[in-house]
Amino acid sequence: MSLNKYIPSWVKRIGVVTVLLLFVAGIVFWGGFNWALEATNKESFCISCHEMQENVFKEYQNTIHYTNRTGVRATCPDCHVPKEWGPKMIRKVQASNEVLHKLLGTIDTPEKFNAKRAQLAQNEWRRMKANDSRECRNCHNYDYMDYTEQGNRAARMHPVAFDEGKTCIDCHKGIAHTLPQIDQHIGKRNEGAAEISHGEKPKEESK
Amino acid sequence: MRFIPALALAATVLLSGVSSVGAQEKLVNEIGNVTIEGNSKVDMFRPEKDQQTITRNFQKQPPLIPHSVKGYVITQNFNKCMDCHSKERAEETGATKVAKSHYLDREDKKQTNISPRRYFCQQCHVPQFDAKPLVENTYKPAAKKGAE
Repeated sequence: MSLNKYIPSWVKRIGVVTVLLLFVAGIVFWGGFNWALEATNKESFCISCHEMQENVFKEYQNTIHYTNRTGVRATCPDCHVPKEWGPKMIRKVQASNEVLHKLLGTIDTPEKFNAKRAQLAQNEWRRMKANDSRECRNCHNYDYMDYTEQGNRAARMHPVAFDEGKTCIDCHKGIAHTLPQIDQHIGKRNEGAAEISHGEKPKEESK
Repeated sequence: MRFIPALALAATVLLSGVSSVGAQEKLVNEIGNVTIEGNSKVDMFRPEKDQQTITRNFQKQPPLIPHSVKGYVITQNFNKCMDCHSKERAEETGATKVAKSHYLDREDKKQTNISPRRYFCQQCHVPQFDAKPLVENTYKPAAKKGAE
Protein backbone atom coordinates (compact mmCIF):
# COMPACT_ATOMS: atom_id res chain seq x y z
CA MET A 1 0.00 0.00 0.00
CA SER A 2 1.95 2.96 -1.32
CA LEU A 3 -1.08 5.21 -0.57
CA ASN A 4 -0.65 4.50 3.13
CA LYS A 5 1.88 7.25 3.73
CA TYR A 6 -0.45 9.92 2.24
CA ILE A 7 -3.24 9.20 4.72
CA PRO A 8 -3.06 11.51 7.77
CA SER A 9 -2.67 9.87 11.14
CA TRP A 10 -6.06 11.02 12.51
CA VAL A 11 -7.79 9.25 9.62
CA LYS A 12 -5.91 6.06 10.43
CA ARG A 13 -6.95 6.36 14.05
CA ILE A 14 -10.74 6.49 13.37
CA GLY A 15 -10.61 4.49 10.18
CA VAL A 16 -11.02 5.41 6.49
CA VAL A 17 -14.52 3.96 6.30
CA THR A 18 -15.71 6.07 9.24
CA VAL A 19 -14.33 9.21 7.61
CA LEU A 20 -16.12 8.40 4.36
CA LEU A 21 -19.38 7.71 6.23
CA LEU A 22 -19.06 11.00 8.11
CA PHE A 23 -18.50 12.79 4.80
CA VAL A 24 -21.63 11.26 3.28
CA ALA A 25 -23.61 11.98 6.45
CA GLY A 26 -22.51 15.62 6.22
CA ILE A 27 -23.80 15.87 2.67
CA VAL A 28 -27.11 14.26 3.66
CA PHE A 29 -27.61 16.49 6.70
CA TRP A 30 -26.62 19.70 4.94
CA GLY A 31 -28.76 18.79 1.93
CA GLY A 32 -31.66 17.92 4.21
CA PHE A 33 -31.26 21.18 6.09
CA ASN A 34 -31.30 23.18 2.87
CA TRP A 35 -34.18 21.13 1.54
CA ALA A 36 -36.23 21.90 4.67
CA LEU A 37 -35.26 25.55 4.37
CA GLU A 38 -36.39 25.65 0.76
CA ALA A 39 -39.58 23.69 1.48
CA THR A 40 -40.61 26.28 4.07
CA ASN A 41 -39.77 29.05 1.61
CA LYS A 42 -42.52 28.39 -0.90
CA GLU A 43 -45.77 30.16 -1.54
CA SER A 44 -47.59 26.83 -1.16
CA PHE A 45 -46.09 26.38 2.32
CA CYS A 46 -47.00 29.92 3.39
CA ILE A 47 -50.64 29.56 2.39
CA SER A 48 -50.98 26.14 3.97
CA CYS A 49 -51.97 28.16 7.06
CA HIS A 50 -55.47 29.55 6.69
CA GLU A 51 -54.28 32.70 8.52
CA MET A 52 -52.20 33.52 5.48
CA GLN A 53 -54.47 32.08 2.83
CA GLU A 54 -57.64 33.87 3.88
CA ASN A 55 -56.19 37.24 4.72
CA VAL A 56 -52.94 38.40 3.18
CA PHE A 57 -52.89 35.97 0.26
CA LYS A 58 -56.31 37.07 -0.98
CA GLU A 59 -55.31 40.71 -0.82
CA TYR A 60 -52.07 39.99 -2.62
CA GLN A 61 -53.94 38.30 -5.48
CA ASN A 62 -55.21 41.71 -6.63
CA THR A 63 -51.75 43.18 -6.92
CA ILE A 64 -49.09 43.38 -9.60
CA HIS A 65 -46.73 41.12 -7.68
CA TYR A 66 -49.19 38.23 -8.01
CA THR A 67 -50.32 38.64 -11.59
CA ASN A 68 -49.00 40.88 -14.31
CA ARG A 69 -48.31 41.26 -18.02
CA THR A 70 -45.16 39.14 -18.20
CA GLY A 71 -45.86 36.59 -15.48
CA VAL A 72 -42.72 37.41 -13.49
CA ARG A 73 -43.87 37.14 -9.89
CA ALA A 74 -42.73 37.99 -6.41
CA THR A 75 -44.14 35.36 -4.08
CA CYS A 76 -44.31 35.52 -0.26
CA PRO A 77 -40.65 34.66 0.55
CA ASP A 78 -39.30 37.00 -2.14
CA CYS A 79 -40.39 39.94 0.00
CA HIS A 80 -40.60 38.45 3.49
CA VAL A 81 -37.48 36.23 3.68
CA PRO A 82 -33.99 37.60 2.97
CA LYS A 83 -31.98 35.91 0.20
CA GLU A 84 -28.59 36.16 1.94
CA TRP A 85 -27.70 33.27 4.20
CA GLY A 86 -27.05 35.11 7.49
CA PRO A 87 -30.14 37.35 7.51
CA LYS A 88 -32.16 34.39 6.23
CA MET A 89 -31.17 32.27 9.24
CA ILE A 90 -32.04 35.13 11.61
CA ARG A 91 -35.46 35.57 9.98
CA LYS A 92 -36.10 31.82 10.08
CA VAL A 93 -35.35 31.72 13.81
CA GLN A 94 -37.65 34.71 14.36
CA ALA A 95 -40.35 32.78 12.51
CA SER A 96 -40.57 30.38 15.44
CA ASN A 97 -42.52 33.17 17.15
CA GLU A 98 -45.03 32.93 14.30
CA VAL A 99 -45.36 29.18 14.92
CA LEU A 100 -46.13 29.94 18.58
CA HIS A 101 -48.89 32.40 17.63
CA LYS A 102 -50.23 29.92 15.08
CA LEU A 103 -50.61 27.43 17.97
CA LEU A 104 -52.14 30.12 20.21
CA GLY A 105 -54.55 31.10 17.41
CA THR A 106 -53.74 34.78 17.78
CA ILE A 107 -54.90 35.72 14.28
CA ASP A 108 -57.01 32.73 13.28
CA THR A 109 -60.06 34.70 12.14
CA PRO A 110 -60.22 37.67 9.75
CA GLU A 111 -61.57 39.77 12.64
CA LYS A 112 -58.62 38.91 14.86
CA PHE A 113 -56.27 39.47 11.94
CA ASN A 114 -57.67 42.91 11.19
CA ALA A 115 -57.48 43.87 14.85
CA LYS A 116 -53.76 43.09 14.71
CA ARG A 117 -53.19 44.45 11.22
CA ALA A 118 -51.71 47.78 12.28
CA GLN A 119 -49.16 46.08 14.50
CA LEU A 120 -48.26 43.43 11.91
CA ALA A 121 -47.91 46.03 9.17
CA GLN A 122 -45.72 48.25 11.32
CA ASN A 123 -43.44 45.30 12.08
CA GLU A 124 -42.83 44.77 8.40
CA TRP A 125 -42.43 48.49 7.69
CA ARG A 126 -39.87 48.73 10.47
CA ARG A 127 -37.97 45.69 9.19
CA MET A 128 -37.88 47.02 5.63
CA LYS A 129 -36.91 50.53 6.71
CA ALA A 130 -34.08 49.11 8.84
CA ASN A 131 -32.61 47.00 6.03
CA ASP A 132 -33.07 49.70 3.34
CA SER A 133 -35.81 47.65 1.63
CA ARG A 134 -33.32 44.92 0.84
CA GLU A 135 -35.93 42.44 -0.37
CA CYS A 136 -37.43 44.99 -2.79
CA ARG A 137 -34.00 45.75 -4.16
CA ASN A 138 -33.32 42.09 -4.94
CA CYS A 139 -35.36 42.86 -8.07
CA HIS A 140 -35.80 46.66 -8.14
CA ASN A 141 -32.33 48.13 -8.44
CA TYR A 142 -32.22 51.94 -8.34
CA ASP A 143 -29.12 52.11 -10.53
CA TYR A 144 -30.81 50.38 -13.43
CA MET A 145 -34.11 52.28 -13.42
CA ASP A 146 -34.89 53.82 -16.81
CA TYR A 147 -36.80 56.96 -15.94
CA THR A 148 -37.89 57.43 -19.56
CA GLU A 149 -39.87 54.22 -19.27
CA GLN A 150 -41.50 55.24 -16.01
CA GLY A 151 -44.71 57.18 -15.64
CA ASN A 152 -44.54 60.96 -15.26
CA ARG A 153 -44.95 60.88 -11.51
CA ALA A 154 -42.53 58.01 -10.89
CA ALA A 155 -39.86 59.60 -13.09
CA ARG A 156 -40.21 62.88 -11.18
CA MET A 157 -40.34 61.48 -7.66
CA HIS A 158 -37.78 58.66 -7.77
CA PRO A 159 -34.61 60.78 -8.26
CA VAL A 160 -35.80 63.23 -5.62
CA ALA A 161 -36.50 60.48 -3.12
CA PHE A 162 -33.16 58.73 -3.74
CA ASP A 163 -31.32 62.04 -3.26
CA GLU A 164 -33.06 62.44 0.09
CA GLY A 165 -31.92 58.95 1.03
CA LYS A 166 -35.39 57.45 1.10
CA THR A 167 -35.99 53.76 0.71
CA CYS A 168 -38.74 51.88 -1.16
CA ILE A 169 -41.00 51.25 1.84
CA ASP A 170 -41.09 54.95 2.72
CA CYS A 171 -43.54 55.58 -0.11
CA HIS A 172 -44.65 52.12 -1.27
CA LYS A 173 -46.67 50.93 1.69
CA GLY A 174 -49.71 48.78 1.07
CA ILE A 175 -48.71 47.71 -2.43
CA ALA A 176 -49.14 44.00 -1.77
CA HIS A 177 -51.57 43.87 1.14
CA THR A 178 -54.45 45.95 2.43
CA LEU A 179 -53.35 48.81 4.65
CA PRO A 180 -54.47 49.01 8.26
CA GLN A 181 -56.54 51.99 9.30
CA ILE A 182 -54.41 55.04 8.57
CA ASP A 183 -54.90 58.48 10.08
CA GLN A 184 -54.96 60.73 7.03
CA HIS A 185 -56.57 63.65 8.83
CA ILE A 186 -59.81 63.15 6.94
CA GLY A 187 -62.82 63.63 9.14
CA LYS A 188 -63.04 62.18 12.63
CA ARG A 189 -63.21 58.50 11.70
CA ASN A 190 -59.53 57.72 11.44
CA GLU A 191 -58.34 59.78 14.35
CA GLY A 192 -55.94 57.83 16.50
CA ALA A 193 -55.27 55.25 13.78
CA ALA A 194 -51.74 54.46 12.66
CA GLU A 195 -49.86 57.29 11.02
CA ILE A 196 -47.66 56.54 8.05
CA SER A 197 -44.52 58.43 7.32
CA HIS A 198 -43.20 58.97 3.82
CA GLY A 199 -39.63 58.94 5.02
CA GLU A 200 -39.75 62.55 6.12
CA LYS A 201 -37.27 63.80 8.62
CA PRO A 202 -38.85 64.13 12.05
CA LYS A 203 -40.44 67.55 12.46
CA GLU A 204 -38.34 69.92 14.53
CA GLU A 205 -41.16 72.02 15.91
CA SER A 206 -43.70 70.14 17.95
CA LYS A 207 -47.34 71.13 17.78
CA MET B 1 -98.99 22.64 -57.03
CA ARG B 2 -100.96 22.50 -53.83
CA PHE B 3 -98.03 21.44 -51.67
CA ILE B 4 -95.86 24.45 -52.59
CA PRO B 5 -97.35 26.68 -49.83
CA ALA B 6 -96.82 23.78 -47.42
CA LEU B 7 -93.16 23.56 -48.51
CA ALA B 8 -92.75 27.29 -48.13
CA LEU B 9 -94.27 27.12 -44.65
CA ALA B 10 -91.95 24.29 -43.65
CA ALA B 11 -88.99 26.23 -45.03
CA THR B 12 -89.87 29.39 -43.08
CA VAL B 13 -90.37 27.37 -39.89
CA LEU B 14 -86.97 25.76 -40.38
CA LEU B 15 -85.29 29.08 -41.20
CA SER B 16 -86.81 30.90 -38.23
CA GLY B 17 -85.70 28.02 -36.03
CA VAL B 18 -82.17 28.40 -37.32
CA SER B 19 -82.17 32.18 -36.93
CA SER B 20 -83.55 32.01 -33.40
CA VAL B 21 -80.77 29.58 -32.47
CA GLY B 22 -78.27 32.05 -33.93
CA ALA B 23 -79.77 34.87 -31.88
CA GLN B 24 -79.47 32.83 -28.72
CA GLU B 25 -75.81 32.13 -29.29
CA LYS B 26 -74.93 35.74 -29.90
CA LEU B 27 -76.27 37.88 -27.10
CA VAL B 28 -75.40 41.39 -28.11
CA ASN B 29 -75.37 44.13 -25.54
CA GLU B 30 -76.11 47.82 -25.94
CA ILE B 31 -72.52 48.98 -26.25
CA GLY B 32 -72.01 47.19 -29.53
CA ASN B 33 -71.29 43.92 -31.19
CA VAL B 34 -69.81 42.30 -28.10
CA THR B 35 -71.12 39.13 -26.56
CA ILE B 36 -72.06 39.39 -22.93
CA GLU B 37 -69.54 36.69 -21.99
CA GLY B 38 -66.76 38.60 -23.72
CA ASN B 39 -67.75 41.79 -21.97
CA SER B 40 -67.85 40.49 -18.43
CA LYS B 41 -64.14 39.96 -17.98
CA VAL B 42 -62.77 41.14 -14.68
CA ASP B 43 -60.13 43.28 -16.31
CA MET B 44 -62.41 45.13 -18.72
CA PHE B 45 -61.24 48.43 -17.29
CA ARG B 46 -57.74 49.10 -18.52
CA PRO B 47 -56.06 52.00 -16.70
CA GLU B 48 -54.50 54.56 -19.00
CA LYS B 49 -50.84 55.48 -18.80
CA ASP B 50 -49.74 58.89 -17.54
CA GLN B 51 -50.44 61.57 -20.12
CA GLN B 52 -50.84 65.30 -20.70
CA THR B 53 -53.88 66.82 -19.06
CA ILE B 54 -56.87 67.24 -21.36
CA THR B 55 -58.37 70.72 -20.90
CA ARG B 56 -61.74 70.91 -19.27
CA ASN B 57 -64.83 71.22 -21.48
CA PHE B 58 -66.93 73.45 -19.29
CA GLN B 59 -66.76 75.54 -16.15
CA LYS B 60 -66.85 73.65 -12.86
CA GLN B 61 -66.13 70.37 -14.61
CA PRO B 62 -64.37 68.09 -12.14
CA PRO B 63 -60.80 67.85 -13.47
CA LEU B 64 -59.93 64.55 -15.13
CA ILE B 65 -57.24 62.26 -13.73
CA PRO B 66 -54.19 62.47 -16.03
CA HIS B 67 -52.47 59.40 -14.61
CA SER B 68 -52.96 55.68 -14.16
CA VAL B 69 -55.05 54.71 -11.16
CA LYS B 70 -54.26 51.02 -11.34
CA GLY B 71 -54.34 49.47 -7.89
CA TYR B 72 -55.48 52.71 -6.27
CA VAL B 73 -58.23 51.95 -3.85
CA ILE B 74 -60.32 54.03 -1.50
CA THR B 75 -61.43 52.12 1.56
CA GLN B 76 -62.61 53.21 4.97
CA ASN B 77 -59.06 52.60 6.18
CA PHE B 78 -57.15 54.48 3.53
CA ASN B 79 -57.74 56.89 0.67
CA LYS B 80 -54.99 56.43 -1.90
CA CYS B 81 -55.81 59.69 -3.73
CA MET B 82 -55.46 61.73 -0.56
CA ASP B 83 -52.01 60.24 0.02
CA CYS B 84 -50.79 62.78 -2.55
CA HIS B 85 -53.62 65.27 -3.09
CA SER B 86 -54.38 66.24 0.51
CA LYS B 87 -53.28 69.72 1.48
CA GLU B 88 -50.67 68.28 3.85
CA ARG B 89 -49.06 66.18 1.13
CA ALA B 90 -49.65 68.15 -2.07
CA GLU B 91 -46.62 70.40 -1.77
CA GLU B 92 -44.19 67.52 -1.43
CA THR B 93 -45.74 65.34 -4.11
CA GLY B 94 -46.44 68.10 -6.62
CA ALA B 95 -50.03 66.91 -6.92
CA THR B 96 -52.98 69.25 -7.40
CA LYS B 97 -54.32 70.24 -4.02
CA VAL B 98 -57.91 69.30 -3.21
CA ALA B 99 -60.07 72.35 -3.95
CA LYS B 100 -61.44 74.52 -1.15
CA SER B 101 -65.01 73.55 -2.05
CA HIS B 102 -64.22 70.04 -0.83
CA TYR B 103 -63.92 71.33 2.73
CA LEU B 104 -67.53 72.49 2.85
CA ASP B 105 -70.14 70.23 4.34
CA ARG B 106 -73.67 70.15 2.97
CA GLU B 107 -74.66 73.20 5.02
CA ASP B 108 -71.76 75.04 3.33
CA LYS B 109 -69.96 75.20 6.65
CA LYS B 110 -66.19 75.07 6.40
CA GLN B 111 -64.55 71.98 7.91
CA THR B 112 -60.93 71.52 8.92
CA ASN B 113 -60.73 68.39 6.77
CA ILE B 114 -62.30 67.32 3.51
CA SER B 115 -65.98 66.72 3.86
CA PRO B 116 -67.09 63.08 4.07
CA ARG B 117 -69.34 63.66 1.04
CA ARG B 118 -66.19 64.28 -1.00
CA TYR B 119 -64.38 61.17 0.23
CA PHE B 120 -64.98 59.03 -2.86
CA CYS B 121 -62.90 60.93 -5.40
CA GLN B 122 -63.86 58.87 -8.43
CA GLN B 123 -67.53 59.66 -8.06
CA CYS B 124 -66.68 62.90 -9.88
CA HIS B 125 -63.08 62.63 -11.07
CA VAL B 126 -62.46 59.97 -13.70
CA PRO B 127 -59.29 58.96 -15.52
CA GLN B 128 -59.10 60.85 -18.79
CA PHE B 129 -59.50 58.93 -22.01
CA ASP B 130 -59.70 60.16 -25.57
CA ALA B 131 -62.86 58.17 -26.23
CA LYS B 132 -65.00 58.71 -29.30
CA PRO B 133 -68.54 59.68 -28.31
CA LEU B 134 -70.92 56.74 -28.57
CA VAL B 135 -73.73 58.96 -29.85
CA GLU B 136 -73.60 62.31 -31.61
CA ASN B 137 -73.46 65.15 -29.14
CA THR B 138 -74.18 68.81 -29.78
CA TYR B 139 -73.39 69.98 -26.26
CA LYS B 140 -71.79 73.43 -26.02
CA PRO B 141 -70.50 74.97 -22.80
CA ALA B 142 -72.29 78.19 -21.79
CA ALA B 143 -68.98 79.91 -21.07
CA LYS B 144 -65.47 79.38 -22.35
CA LYS B 145 -62.83 77.83 -20.11
CA GLY B 146 -60.86 81.10 -19.98
CA ALA B 147 -63.70 82.79 -18.10
CA GLU B 148 -62.93 80.82 -14.97
